[in-house]
Amino acid sequence: MSELAHGAHPQGFAHQFEDVEQQRDAGRLGMWVFLVTEILFFGGMFASYTIYRALHYESFVTGSHLLKVRFGATNTYVLIGSSLTMALAIRAAQTGKKKGQIIFWLILTMILGAAFIGIKLHYEWFRDYQEGLIPGVQWFYNGPHAPGVKMFMCFYFFMTGLHAIHMVAGLGILTVLVIMTARNKFSPEYYAPLEISGLYWHFVDIVWIFLFALLYLIGGRYPGS
Amino acid sequence: MSNHSEQSGPVGHVVPVSTYIIVFISLMAGTALTTGVAYIDLGRWNTVVALTIAVTKMVLVVLFFMHVKYATGLTRVVILAGFFWLGIMITLSCSDELTRTWEIVPQGWNMIVPLVSRLF
Repeated sequence: MSELAHGAHPQGFAHQFEDVEQQRDAGRLGMWVFLVTEILFFGGMFASYTIYRALHYESFVTGSHLLKVRFGATNTYVLIGSSLTMALAIRAAQTGKKKGQIIFWLILTMILGAAFIGIKLHYEWFRDYQEGLIPGVQWFYNGPHAPGVKMFMCFYFFMTGLHAIHMVAGLGILTVLVIMTARNKFSPEYYAPLEISGLYWHFVDIVWIFLFALLYLIGGRYPGS
Repeated sequence: MSNHSEQSGPVGHVVPVSTYIIVFISLMAGTALTTGVAYIDLGRWNTVVALTIAVTKMVLVVLFFMHVKYATGLTRVVILAGFFWLGIMITLSCSDELTRTWEIVPQGWNMIVPLVSRLF
């Protein structure tokens, strides 16, 4: 649209801004304002988790021990890896690399993101279902602190579920980015969609870092904990 | 605002690949460390250690992967405000929920009068 009328301007430059750098700062700031709303969105769950954990400490530790820490840790590594590849995709655009290289890093990010969801579904949620650890769907747990453990598992599924929805949305965004890159939409002067989406992707990574610590580790996994 | 382009150039701040790799390795090591420490009995300190490592990892992601180290002051203030508001939400919610058992439950209006009169 705009390349016809504004041939003199850099690609993607919107004329309400003074220069490209101001436009870039405005875009980043806008995305961060959105991410702040996301911090508070997830924060509501983190606050309730904190309170109920304080009120039912033993139940939450017992529930935490039912989670599969090996797959939680694996998924943390996978997601950190996907953050690195996302950062490298943006760097490739910044430094004017061929679009094939940008697409390579984006696809690798998508593969790692999909791997995260696959591990989550297959090795955790599906096995939780088989073991009867899903409140309201399949619940066999009869051990100590059963009501509190049920509450812990509710927190677990709502928090990881909300996170997984964000991951799926991120995969959709990455798909759009691959198409845009293939259509030569980005250049070293204009890569805002890549950078903004990168912020989102890293944010989802940070949420998982906290979910892993809070849900899997925080009561300790040592014998007798 | 005009001297930003001098600081970071027309293409924005390009972070060296070596920095990304160092941050990536630190994050992986932090994950291994926090997982390993969970298997050691530190009592209540397990919680503190797990959260400290998580916050450290978050700061690394925010500063380097999210380029906040190179962002404008305005952006940084917005981010800090976000975490400040999160702190308000968690602190005030806890100060309510966790002190309810401390409260003197008023037996009737005659209990309120001495409580209120103490304020003056």
